[in-house]
Amino acid sequence: MSARSSRRPSNLEIWALGIGGLIVFFGLWAGLSGFGLVPPRFLPSPAAVAERMFFLIDHPFAGATLPQHVLSSLGRYGLGFLLAAAIGVPLGLFMGWYGLLDDIVSTVFNALRFIAPIAWVPFAALWFGTGVGGPIMVIFAGAFPPCLINAYRGAKFVEPKFLEAAHTLGAGNLRIIVEVLLPASIPSIVSGLRVGAGLGWQSLVGAELIVASSGVGYMMVQGQSAVSTPTVLSGMIAIGIVGYCVDLGLREMEAFTRRRRGLV
Amino acid sequence: MSTITFENVGRKFDSVVALEKVNLHVRDKEFVAIVGPSGCGKTTCLRMAAGLDFPSSGTVRVGTREVVAPGPDRAVVFQQFALFPWKSVYDNIDFGLRNKGVPSAERAHRIAAVLKVMNLEGYERSFPHQLSGGMQQRVAIARAYVLDPVVLLMDEPFGALDAQTRVLMQEELVRLARVNPRTVLFITHGVEEAVYLADRVAIMTRRPGCIKEIIDVKSLREAEHWNSLPRIEDVMDLESFVHLRTMIWKSLREEKVEERN
Repeated sequence: MSARSSRRPSNLEIWALGIGGLIVFFGLWAGLSGFGLVPPRFLPSPAAVAERMFFLIDHPFAGATLPQHVLSSLGRYGLGFLLAAAIGVPLGLFMGWYGLLDDIVSTVFNALRFIAPIAWVPFAALWFGTGVGGPIMVIFAGAFPPCLINAYRGAKFVEPKFLEAAHTLGAGNLRIIVEVLLPASIPSIVSGLRVGAGLGWQSLVGAELIVASSGVGYMMVQGQSAVSTPTVLSGMIAIGIVGYCVDLGLREMEAFTRRRRGLV
Repeated sequence: MSTITFENVGRKFDSVVALEKVNLHVRDKEFVAIVGPSGCGKTTCLRMAAGLDFPSSGTVRVGTREVVAPGPDRAVVFQQFALFPWKSVYDNIDFGLRNKGVPSAERAHRIAAVLKVMNLEGYERSFPHQLSGGMQQRVAIARAYVLDPVVLLMDEPFGALDAQTRVLMQEELVRLARVNPRTVLFITHGVEEAVYLADRVAIMTRRPGCIKEIIDVKSLREAEHWNSLPRIEDVMDLESFVHLRTMIWKSLREEKVEERN
């Protein structure tokens, strides 16, 4: 079989392959811990973790149950991500339209975006506290660059014919930005939101490891202090599942916008 | 008075001279077609009238005012339609009217009228990608016409359509021009199309482009009553039509031959 098979696998086959991958993964894990290749205090077995997860669903640990920790994380994450999108997308579009703004912001932005979100943790805690504000700033630092960059690229590479049409139809700057650049950039913006959502979720957990008093990351730190590796792994699995679901939702949104535009 | 005047217009792209001393005057309510070999700069002429491009020397005026920027008084119909894919047919046509600040009741009225003229009734809520090429171009023409522009600039508007659709659109445009005469500058490489549609046909030379010859079609059309014939093929069979077409072909052919040498 060639690397790029000519026949696309059906949806059912894709599902089956995905589940197959999961089985192999958990099988390897179970094998490593079950046959004593790795001692349980380094790597607890999947069964031990599953048991711990079910326990945490209705028994509080570090002040809250696992679902409560997840909700608390999601709340912060939602706020930080919305803030990043609400500032990043308009700023990106304006930068794509106004060359002067582009020249002013680009250099600063291109240096700042290479600073890992977690590097902002000390200042986030210092400026906004460890409750809500600090973690939100860290999520913001993670989610903001892709939101801005994709809106910017979308606006910058709008087909000239649309801009010419808008000009000849007498549109002003603001109307061009809102009614031409924004809708023309939607596919690019949605991809940016998807990447931003992923990076934001990653940074959130990093932030919660250090700041905050609830949330999945906080629960994991407490689990570490209590030398409860199953708790830490439960947190990791919860992060993975929630991140996967968020991405799935945004992927659907991406496909929807493309379908509406007649691009598929 | 809505006229278009090119006065000694030259255009250089870097070191390439695209246009040299173009002189052309489109009279009020006159339909002028520019034909020429590909790459001769005929589209550049139209873009300069639209304010999307500017002469390196000479001036382009619409009415008495020199063209300095694009605007809804000079509506453009592009070859690639350039409809906004994210707007419905209605919203595409509405866009220019909103930019002009036309009150909403009047906008609805004018859009309804233009939809009727262009046979687009019932497609208000459709999106461009749901329509055929011919219908998309009808929307683009409606979008231009609804603004009641001083001049209408059409850049090979039927070039992207299949042969049958193109013929229908040409007949439709003639009908439209009869109901509602406009000052039109029409760019095409189709000689028959130019003779069928235009009052005068301007022939351009190869690069550096300039107007080589201007052929009057209108007087012959009126003398021979082309307008009484409803179908394009009936007009194309007329001896007067064939004569003009051949004349323009020969003139263009000289340009092609020189190009090869």
